[in-house]
Amino acid sequence: MRCRLLRGDLVNRVVHLDAPQWRGPDLQELVSKVALGEQDAFGQLYDAVAGRVLGLVRRVLRDPAQSEEVAQEVLLEVWRTASRYQPERGEVMSWVLTIAHRRAVDRVRSAQAASDREQRVASQAYAPAFDEVAEQVEGRLEREQVRRCLKTLTELQNESVTLAYYRGFSYREVADMLNVPLGTIKTRMRDGLIRLRDCLGVGS
Amino acid sequence: MTIAADLHTFTGAYALHALDAAQSEAFERHLLQCEACAVEVEEFRTTMARLGSAEAVVVPPEMKARTLAATSTIRQLAPLTSDSDRDGGSRSKSARRWPRFALAASIAATAALGGIAIEQHQAARQATIRADQLHSEQARLSALLTAPDTRTATGRTGAGVGTIVWSQSRGEVGFLAQGLPALASGKTYQLWFNDAGTMRPAGLLPSSSGSLVLTGQIHSAVGVGLTVEPAGGSQHPSGQPVLLLPLR
Repeated sequence: MRCRLLRGDLVNRVVHLDAPQWRGPDLQELVSKVALGEQDAFGQLYDAVAGRVLGLVRRVLRDPAQSEEVAQEVLLEVWRTASRYQPERGEVMSWVLTIAHRRAVDRVRSAQAASDREQRVASQAYAPAFDEVAEQVEGRLEREQVRRCLKTLTELQNESVTLAYYRGFSYREVADMLNVPLGTIKTRMRDGLIRLRDCLGVGS
Repeated sequence: MTIAADLHTFTGAYALHALDAAQSEAFERHLLQCEACAVEVEEFRTTMARLGSAEAVVVPPEMKARTLAATSTIRQLAPLTSDSDRDGGSRSKSARRWPRFALAASIAATAALGGIAIEQHQAARQATIRADQLHSEQARLSALLTAPDTRTATGRTGAGVGTIVWSQSRGEVGFLAQGLPALASGKTYQLWFNDAGTMRPAGLLPSSSGSLVLTGQIHSAVGVGLTVEPAGGSQHPSGQPVLLLPLR
């Protein structure tokens, strides 16, 4: 089938904020060393990404012990698959956090977590809980930007993106929860991410 | 609701890991043909990474020791040689063109393509070791193996292994064979460049193990094939390929 997504969609957009520059070691170089089995490089890469990996996983899973377990799995997947990292397909941090998010979501969806989730759904509102995040100087600016940009989304875009991203719900589950047709949720997820992307100044 | 309609609008749900396994797979097939979609997914992932980064926490110190210790028990993957992840059309494209070469060979071809071990790093290392053991053409092979853009692909046929090593900048391909099925007398292995379905003779390998630098330049070849031919070789393949390796 034809893909009707035009390049123009990707270039004509307003950039509001600059992405903060990573000031640590060259992560790409570290990954290529990790791919060759260099433990030291893996230790350095760990230092650069572990806080974000654990933070993201904990945000999705909540349970601290389970989160540590999954975060460790993520970091070991980075070790195992370092040779498959494709620099032209995005930054190292993005690659690592994509793995982290997928693993966290997988865990949410696993049978083991299913009952917990139902309880969570029943007992909690799904507003993002920023106050649960440990305060870190480095993360504060990033959090401010994210918070500000999430506010630029429509309510439905915001709910669609945050329920999937922070809570690990499938788009079917999101549609059920919000009582909105599947197709609408699908496009709101995309529209919401486009707006976030532009607001956060992410570009290719 | 099916995923067939408006596939490209699934970029968001896909990036958010909000599709089920079957939908994800369907969308990944679409991604291979839709570069704009792939770019958008990547941008969404970068966007999501910003959201994730904002969640950074202080990691318990003992987690590092545990994680680093665990690496010793985990075998690392070798890299992909095929561009299938980012340019997956290429392999299917060459697969589509092969039937002109050997229609009846499609099953064998599928088996061979399926058997391509995508283990560049390991293959390159093994290829280096093998190359070191070989006398003929060693210098040319070594030059190929150490070119800055060297790539490899490996395929298996029976217990045999065939590895191609190539450099687009040099335009050359080396072939290394280990334990291919024994040849009947009066037969030879012959290599071919696959020029979009037209097979171009690229040299003979009269034994089941050994190596050679293929005759001729890559030009626009999309793959390398290996057939069994009468001793002395043929102008056109007379049989089905025993190996097909993509130059991508």
